[in-house]
Amino acid sequence: MEAVSASKLPDHVIDIEGLALSFDQDGKRTHVLRGLDLKIAPGEFVALVGASGVGKSTLLRVLMGLAPQSEGKVVVTPDPAAERPMALVFQDSRLLPWRRVIANVSFGLEKKSLPAVARRERAMQALGLVGLSDLADRWPWQLSGGQRQRVALARALAVRPSILLMDEPFSALDVATREGLQDELLRVWRQTGKTIVFVTHDIDEAVYLADRIVALGGKPGEVRSVRVIDVARPRRRGALALQDIAAKVKADITADAAAPVEDYVI
Amino acid sequence: MTKSSFAYRLLPLLGLFAFLLFWEAMPRLGLASRVLLPAPSDLPDAFMRELANGMWLKSVGLSLSHYTLGLLVGLGAGIGLGVLTGMSNVAEGLFAWVSRVLRPIPGLAWVPFAIIWFGVSQSGAVFIIAIGVFWIVYFATHGAIRGVDRDYIELAKAFGFTGPLERLFKVLLPAATPGILVGARTALGQAWMAVVAAELFGVTGLGSRMMQASSLLATDIVVVYMLTMAALYGLMDTFFMAVQGRLLRWKP
Repeated sequence: MEAVSASKLPDHVIDIEGLALSFDQDGKRTHVLRGLDLKIAPGEFVALVGASGVGKSTLLRVLMGLAPQSEGKVVVTPDPAAERPMALVFQDSRLLPWRRVIANVSFGLEKKSLPAVARRERAMQALGLVGLSDLADRWPWQLSGGQRQRVALARALAVRPSILLMDEPFSALDVATREGLQDELLRVWRQTGKTIVFVTHDIDEAVYLADRIVALGGKPGEVRSVRVIDVARPRRRGALALQDIAAKVKADITADAAAPVEDYVI
Repeated sequence: MTKSSFAYRLLPLLGLFAFLLFWEAMPRLGLASRVLLPAPSDLPDAFMRELANGMWLKSVGLSLSHYTLGLLVGLGAGIGLGVLTGMSNVAEGLFAWVSRVLRPIPGLAWVPFAIIWFGVSQSGAVFIIAIGVFWIVYFATHGAIRGVDRDYIELAKAFGFTGPLERLFKVLLPAATPGILVGARTALGQAWMAVVAAELFGVTGLGSRMMQASSLLATDIVVVYMLTMAALYGLMDTFFMAVQGRLLRWKP
């Protein structure tokens, strides 16, 4: 991954070209992703969908630098106003059980040399953004699943990233909680203007949330389609236009490897 | 409900009372010689004598200092090496056979070397106590560090904590604390046994005072020190539990 000095604001915060990912296991070469091209514009909400094992989460980890890429180019050009290029929200909230909520939120801030008071202030601010200021002094085990995931979101927001990477963050929640958090996320997105890359296997969730859906399929995973969701916000859950796109995306994923559908309209 | 739970709380006291009564009866009814089995009622007097001649305070003080030093040395070395081999495969590999060879040797088997290296001295006692503590704490720490969920380490990396020291202090040590404390608590009891054993060989303290008393057939004094040890251990364990409760207050 290379950083580009931003003399002028680029058109894309993330520019992936020909990304391939493979690793050796038991003497065999396993390919996870291949020939992946993806450009993401600043402030865009992009959803990555596909069956489990298609390499969606791995792609996020490559972007974060947690997993090595094998081939291709990944250029991340963060918003210069942001303090970190990216932050990741995990599928399991992954709160540290020995830290209170507020200390979990300020975890990433401890990397900076910030006075404790300022750190707490910023953590409280992030906690306020997800509406959990009251729970600052709770222990993680005292929270519900939805609250835990909101704390995880606050922890990611607290480090002021340019891009928010989310790895199936709502998949373990019940429907009502999940829908509540989806709307919460859209509100935070509007408020902060961050770029969001959202991995999910729930296509209905993807069409409700995203500007664009990247459908991954096959083994090794490759881009099957990129579809723009040209439906005005606020959207209505289950609107016909959304259902229509969802059906197409589903077909893209399940179809045998065909020529990828290009549907770029930005 | 409250009545029966109150009765249940009385049971342990009742049991203790019955035990003391039985103990007192044995020598009094002539079923056991008073020299071989001192009665509980003889003990306060024996205790006061030991207190008056200053032996009790001196012995307890010395034993506690052996205990504390041995425990600290053992804890420090055990946690330190456990963390090292828990974090580094190279360190683990290097130490694997050394630990396999040295571990089965009981702490008491080191007594000859303790005497040769340190003489019959405080340091000798500390050495023997520390060895016992070391192995318990070492294996507990090593296992606890190895057992830390990889997901936490990934989390630390995702938030920029990539160095080994950052990993240790942000994630590994806090996550391993419950496991390390289990080892430390076991060591707390183990060290107490080692104290007596080390002192039986002559280093001044509770153990050596007991040996003196027994050679004079002053069995009441032996029992006084037995109970002293029980009380001290109970005190330590209570203190330890308080510290542990504080360290693990994040647990449900």
